Amino acid sequence: MDTAGNSLPASGWQKALFVLPALLLTLVIVIFPTIFGLLVSFTSWTRTGTTLDGPGDGFILTRLADMIGDIWTAIRETWSGFTNLRELWHDNAYRTSLKNNFIFAFVGVPIQFLVALGLALLLNQEIRGRKFFRVAFLLPFMISPIAVGWMIGKAIFDARFGPFAKIARELDITLTFYDTGPKAVFWLIIMNAWYAIPFVMVMLLAGLQAMPPEIFEAAKIDGGGRWQTFKDITFPLLLPVSLTAVVLRLIFEFKLIDIIQVVTGGGPGDASQTVSLYVYKAGYLSGDIGYATAMAEVFLIVVIVVVVLLLATVGRFVRRLY
Amino acid sequence: MPQPMTGSGSSADGASYGRTRLQNLTWSRIITYLFLLIWLVIALFPIYWMVTLSFKNLRLITTGPYFIPWVDFDPVTLGWDDILESGQRDRVMTAMRNSLICAVGSGLLALVLGSMAGYGLARFNYKFGPWRNRDISFFFLSQLILPPAAVILPLYVLFVESGLYDTVWGLMLLYTVVGLPIVVWIMRDQFASLPVELEQAALVDGNSALGAFLRIAVPVAAPGMVAAFILVVIFSWNEYLFSAVLTSKSAYTLPLLIATQVSSQGVKFWTMAAIATAAVTPLLIIGIFLERYIVRGLTAGAVK
Repeated sequence: MDTAGNSLPASGWQKALFVLPALLLTLVIVIFPTIFGLLVSFTSWTRTGTTLDGPGDGFILTRLADMIGDIWTAIRETWSGFTNLRELWHDNAYRTSLKNNFIFAFVGVPIQFLVALGLALLLNQEIRGRKFFRVAFLLPFMISPIAVGWMIGKAIFDARFGPFAKIARELDITLTFYDTGPKAVFWLIIMNAWYAIPFVMVMLLAGLQAMPPEIFEAAKIDGGGRWQTFKDITFPLLLPVSLTAVVLRLIFEFKLIDIIQVVTGGGPGDASQTVSLYVYKAGYLSGDIGYATAMAEVFLIVVIVVVVLLLATVGRFVRRLY
Repeated sequence: MPQPMTGSGSSADGASYGRTRLQNLTWSRIITYLFLLIWLVIALFPIYWMVTLSFKNLRLITTGPYFIPWVDFDPVTLGWDDILESGQRDRVMTAMRNSLICAVGSGLLALVLGSMAGYGLARFNYKFGPWRNRDISFFFLSQLILPPAAVILPLYVLFVESGLYDTVWGLMLLYTVVGLPIVVWIMRDQFASLPVELEQAALVDGNSALGAFLRIAVPVAAPGMVAAFILVVIFSWNEYLFSAVLTSKSAYTLPLLIATQVSSQGVKFWTMAAIATAAVTPLLIIGIFLERYIVRGLTAGAVK
């Protein structure tokens, strides 16, 4: 953003005071662990086997120095070079997880977008109870994905007592939802869409409402049909907002873990697992911190490459993402 | 159908043409409402079903499906008794308290730090080495890309080592940082949309930059601040992975409680439903009454 012409004069330290607290906190809490993680990913660090003796006593800086010393010693003692990366290369579960992340992103998000676009167009008309519909349609987005997973994935889609399975049983149909990998992934995509569609809808609706009405009046006078108007005017004008919403959703889908954890736990086997879930299981539950961190750092590189490619291809349409 | 279909167009057409338009109009209305109602059912039924489940017992769950209380089944309060009076009471209360402290605390902290950064980026020209405003903004935003899984295990080690593990404060600090990018983004937009003249005058009158910020800019930036605060609260209240790894017996939050209870409660749907209902109700209320701020926050920067 260009701030020229809108800027205030102030001395260097006064200006710095505004951004430094946020910058430093981010550096300490995010960047430092990322770098630390890079080192850990070359070790055989385990959750119970590799223990540190705590920060010790004294002034905060002494404690910090003590902590960094401990960590450094632990890294040296558990250093295993490229063992983790070699193992990762042959890890089929990791490949499945990575593939699933791409499916959740590049199959799931287009579905979310199409439904959200339809809803936004419906809500952009002059209808009764518009405010009511807008609020009601936003509600799924308020609910924790963990709760979404339970209330849809566990309660409604329950194979014994869920309403669908029971009604189906009356008709002599046996409904199962998660017994094969593709089915599990499909239903998880649907549940995730239920949660995410309000987000995309809100963005698209805001985009539609920001359009000057004169354009559409001109189109009407020119005798353009509805489809023609949509194709030639609405959709192109909506493109920047659309792509912004889609890119953001793609990024979020690469972090997906909670719904899957509750509904299938990654199963059957590891067929519906994502990388985040695999990292959680291998690093936290099994305690293999070194290996799981290697997975996470490789994944981080994959995500960065994907985002850079996305921004390189559609970035110039994405309005004011930064 | 991007355009409001008002029948009273400027049509100077013949009567027959007007008539078909009227018919089209009615049909398009019916179809519009039909689709809206279908989506209304899809959006609300899962929530409704969860609430009814919390008023059922084993018999009602195994023999159903029953849909409407007092019409096809008599509600029982088994699940609510379980979480309000016996069994799960302490767990639910602890999780509720932790979630509340984390959400409000990180919301406020992120709001203070993020507003200042947002104001700085909107009003001053920075040069940190090669870094200009644009680069600093991008640095904050790039945090959105980072998958939590990439930092979670190093953070676990650091939290254990520094004594932040299993404390509400550790979690709150983390949620603050994760919430910062969105606050910076919203607030930078908010401040940039305000006229700069009053602050310039305040500086001329001898105020410091901080003084001008606090006295002039902050009071008129309330809408953006409410939006930013709510978004961080929503995130913190609903977050799962950090809570799962960085807490254990005392600082666990509601999503973690739900996730662990799913496996241990098994078919006790009524208890699960009561826990889940209690966990989502505060945010549903926020969603209903503060919808316009949420929309404002979500669309900040994307639509202008």
